[in-house]
Amino acid sequence: MAESGGGGGCCPPMDLMRSETMQLVQLIVPMESAHLTVSYLGDLGLVQFKDLNSEKSPFQRTYAAQIKRCGEMARKIRFFRDQMSKAGIPAKEMQGKENDIDLDDVEVKLGELEAELVEINANNDKLQRSYNELMEYKLVLQKAGEFFSSAHRSAADQQRETESQQAGEDLLESPLLQEEKSIDSTKQVKLGFLTGLVPREKSMVFERILFRATRGNIFIRQTVIEEPVIDPNSGEKAEKNVFVVFYSGERAKSKILKICEAFGANRYPFSEDLGRQAQMITEVSGRLSELKTTIDAGLGQRNILLQTIGDKFELWNLKVRKEKAIYHTLNMLSLDVTKKCLVAEGWSPVFASREIEDALQRAAVDSNSQVGSIFQVLRTKESPPTYFRTNKFTSAIQEIVDAYGVAKYQEANPGVFTIVTFPFLFAVMFGDWGHGICILLATMYLILKEKKLASQKLGDIMEMAFGGRYVILMMSLFSIYTGLIYNEFFSIPFPLFAPSAYDCRDVSCSEATTIGLIKVRDTYPFGLDPVWHGSRSELPFLNSLKMKMSILLGVSQMNLGIIMSYFNARFFKSSVNIWFQFIPQMIFLNSLFGYLSVLIIIKWCTGSQADLYHVMIYMFLSPMDELGENQLFPHQKTLQLVLLFLALVSVPCMLLPKPFILKKQHEARHQGQAYAPLDETDESLHVETNGGGSHGHEEFEFSEIFVHQLIHTIEFVLGAVSNTASYLRLWALSLAHSELSSVFYEKVLLLAWGYNNPLILIVGVLVFIFATVGVLLVMETLSAFLHALRLHWVEFQNKFYEGDGYKFAPFTFIFTANEDE
Amino acid sequence: MYGFEALTFNIHGGYLEAIVRGHRAGLLTTADYNNLCQCENLEDIKMHLSATKYGSYLQNEPSPLHTTTIVEKCTLKLVDDYKHMLCQATEPMSTFLEYIRYGHMIDNVVLIVTGTLHERDVQELIEKCHPLGMFDSIATLAVAQNMRELYRLVLVDTPLAPYFSECLTSEDLDDMNIEIMRNTLYKAYLEDFYKFCQKLGGATAEIMSDLLAFEADRRAVNITINSIGTELTREDRKKLYSNFGLLYPYGHEELAICEDIDQVRGVMEKYPPYQAIFSKMSYGESQMLDKAFYEEEVRRLCLAFEQQFHYAVFFAYMRLREQEIRNLMWISECVAQNQKSRIHDSVVYMF
Repeated sequence: MAESGGGGGCCPPMDLMRSETMQLVQLIVPMESAHLTVSYLGDLGLVQFKDLNSEKSPFQRTYAAQIKRCGEMARKIRFFRDQMSKAGIPAKEMQGKENDIDLDDVEVKLGELEAELVEINANNDKLQRSYNELMEYKLVLQKAGEFFSSAHRSAADQQRETESQQAGEDLLESPLLQEEKSIDSTKQVKLGFLTGLVPREKSMVFERILFRATRGNIFIRQTVIEEPVIDPNSGEKAEKNVFVVFYSGERAKSKILKICEAFGANRYPFSEDLGRQAQMITEVSGRLSELKTTIDAGLGQRNILLQTIGDKFELWNLKVRKEKAIYHTLNMLSLDVTKKCLVAEGWSPVFASREIEDALQRAAVDSNSQVGSIFQVLRTKESPPTYFRTNKFTSAIQEIVDAYGVAKYQEANPGVFTIVTFPFLFAVMFGDWGHGICILLATMYLILKEKKLASQKLGDIMEMAFGGRYVILMMSLFSIYTGLIYNEFFSIPFPLFAPSAYDCRDVSCSEATTIGLIKVRDTYPFGLDPVWHGSRSELPFLNSLKMKMSILLGVSQMNLGIIMSYFNARFFKSSVNIWFQFIPQMIFLNSLFGYLSVLIIIKWCTGSQADLYHVMIYMFLSPMDELGENQLFPHQKTLQLVLLFLALVSVPCMLLPKPFILKKQHEARHQGQAYAPLDETDESLHVETNGGGSHGHEEFEFSEIFVHQLIHTIEFVLGAVSNTASYLRLWALSLAHSELSSVFYEKVLLLAWGYNNPLILIVGVLVFIFATVGVLLVMETLSAFLHALRLHWVEFQNKFYEGDGYKFAPFTFIFTANEDE
Repeated sequence: MYGFEALTFNIHGGYLEAIVRGHRAGLLTTADYNNLCQCENLEDIKMHLSATKYGSYLQNEPSPLHTTTIVEKCTLKLVDDYKHMLCQATEPMSTFLEYIRYGHMIDNVVLIVTGTLHERDVQELIEKCHPLGMFDSIATLAVAQNMRELYRLVLVDTPLAPYFSECLTSEDLDDMNIEIMRNTLYKAYLEDFYKFCQKLGGATAEIMSDLLAFEADRRAVNITINSIGTELTREDRKKLYSNFGLLYPYGHEELAICEDIDQVRGVMEKYPPYQAIFSKMSYGESQMLDKAFYEEEVRRLCLAFEQQFHYAVFFAYMRLREQEIRNLMWISECVAQNQKSRIHDSVVYMF
């Protein structure tokens, strides 16, 4: 949220009710101070620039070159960030102001550092590469050496075996081949071999292709290397196998070489001679340790370089981002014909005029400009953006309203009432002071740690909870309040304010049945008497209470909504809306459901037995019948007839007059226009129509208006019934909540308690805690939140809220600083 | 189940179809191309592309840009999108998506084989290959000396193996028979793809048969034009034409005996859909034919998006993206070489 902070001066009363008055301003800024001006305005963050060059493509604009420069610098900074995070060097906190440094210096500096870093990296890579190669070589030497020595051993064994076999005289199984081999060992073709490493996932294919290419005339052995090896070419860790391929003939060799190349298998020379092998290994180990020290030195140098970058990193990053934002904004300004000044247009709140002028002046002085900037207010018929000055407490509530739709310019803002009604309706559904305290503790943690948490990045869900921490605070406070009224604490009743007013008539009445109670004391002073808890008549009593309460709350909130529409109508000076929308709606709603509310209150006060359903239903079905035992007060029937009549009359009042009056108004205006002088400018026309409502000089389609009004009327009439019914969700959710918590308490905690076994008790307590937190504190909170949201968006706001405005999005650096790519 | 795809298509294909239609909205429009054509240098192109889907792929490229980098990054984006879709796809859509790659595989095989014939470095050749047509052991192709070896060594593992049945000879490879191999493979591939689409049935078969028929006909015309004046006999030429498409079979008879471009034109003008393409060109001209065919193809591909619940949109989208990359390459080249007057010669606008 763009917060103007305390610097906004004195706040007019109820500034959340109507959005700030906005003005379209024009700034004419001399070329030389343009950059500084935009920068100061960005610091101020109260001007929303309009794009005056929207027909130009991005690279045709005036400052395209600078934006490219900034893009290039941003790329270098990203490169540094990448390198720093790889090296594990954190960027230091910002020191100093970014205004003190010059962009050109930064550019030069960044270029130098990048070149240096790239060079160091290249050197290191080269060293690292040869290091990795040697490493692989060493592995080949070891593994292949093992293979050769084991082969030697087995060959020697076999040799011995054959000899012994020959000594034992012609056994039938004696292998013919070996015999031959032992005989012809002198004229045997010299086998060539190759050794190397092949990536493990390719090893099977490699073997297969080798086999195919040489028609099976090879012998291949592979050994797995346990730890992953760093591949010299890619520099990444890879699992590899050491292979040894034996072949015969030069053609086969060339084929094998090509295949090795194709598979990215690195070959290494290997000698059969054991002595040379040992020598190679020592040589390689020696070079490895040499390289290691060189690489370490290189890394040290690199780390020092990165450290120096890290010191200034945040500063540069911010600077480059700011510059980029400034040039983007400058690109939205149009160039004056003389090319000496830039013309900016934008929206700004009226209260900020002084500050803007001040910023312009400062910029002109600071940039040593010969001429100051010109600030003027333009007249326009465009609808201005909606801007509410919120603080950290109200912003979350305003977000809730904005999520439905951004208020039309200067329309009454439901957010004002939502601050209280939203948490209250939530609490009606979530009335439990135990749960309320849990949530309160959680949200207090968020609020107390606010400073720390705000600066760090939170997870998705955490971010949401943190953003709405003040809403949650309100919700928890209200749910403690309603919880006290409902007398719920994890579904355990507490006689907090006084002992229960009722007591047993005699000793025989046990706690479980609680019948035959008599009133012994004064009425319980606050909320629900704890004695109701667990009694047989608890549910019927609570249901009746909560249901009626829901209707009372609903009817009053809907009335508030309609009254808001009156304030809107008065503000926009539309008497049609007052007489033919507000008044009939008020009459309709109150003659039906207002009357019901009155009946409810009378019934509560008098303790009457009357059936209110019956009264309401027969008020419509047979209004002339006598009420009989359901009569609550004298002349009730006459009153009902009058109310019914009023309700019926108000429907056509809502439907018919408004379209006709609008038509007449339009015609009158049109007539005036026809005789107006032809050279009348747009501006003066605008002034004339500005007060008349939103119907400028667009086409007036009577049928459309009429159908619209028809829909509106039907919606209201049907809505009056369905919305009232919709408020019954208050009762339903509250019932669900208390039932769930009593189930967890009785069926888990008390059950576990009953076993008298510490193990079961622990399990029971754990289950109870998880169920309470998971189901009641998280899921129930969410569902109650959603239902409260719906009641506000639909039942409350559809009575008056248009919500078709657009948000004020000023040019500010606050966003730029926090945004992450 | 013709006409009933709507009932079941979304079970497996709905998500991907939504994705591909979302991607389609990201294709560059005529307005984008107009802006791109006004660019002064490659930096401008990068800046313009940074507002499109290619933005994140180009943003970390250091400053002296090359055309190849732009094309490479754009192709990378295409491959990433393709792989994403392939990951999500289930049968038979995954097979369908795989089919789209085979054409590139054939091209890559031919590229490497030709390259080795002219003794180029394998690594260098592999870099030139289209990443969509890559398979394991592609580099091993360089080992082979003749067709039979090629098949036996490497290609038997690839999906291209069945297409090789027609061109197994033990002759040594040379330019001529590589080209014949390419066309034989392509013929087999198109026919197989066509058959597969017919098996899928429904709207997929209907639209794909139209698109593939166009592809087959275009190849037939190109083969004819390219083989005029070579030693390829009429019978051999006819063997390279795919056995479906609008020209099959009578058009093929006539194309097989064509001796110059005007005769081809005479044959093609008998077919109403192609009449328009040829009527745009003056006699004796064949340079503009490619562009005319591309334009017609793009038009048909765009039409594939008009219908829902079929796989042809994936084919169409991939083709359109390839065309888009070709356009970008042409524009970048023109801008880099200061030939801005020729920009409009080869750019095919979509939407």
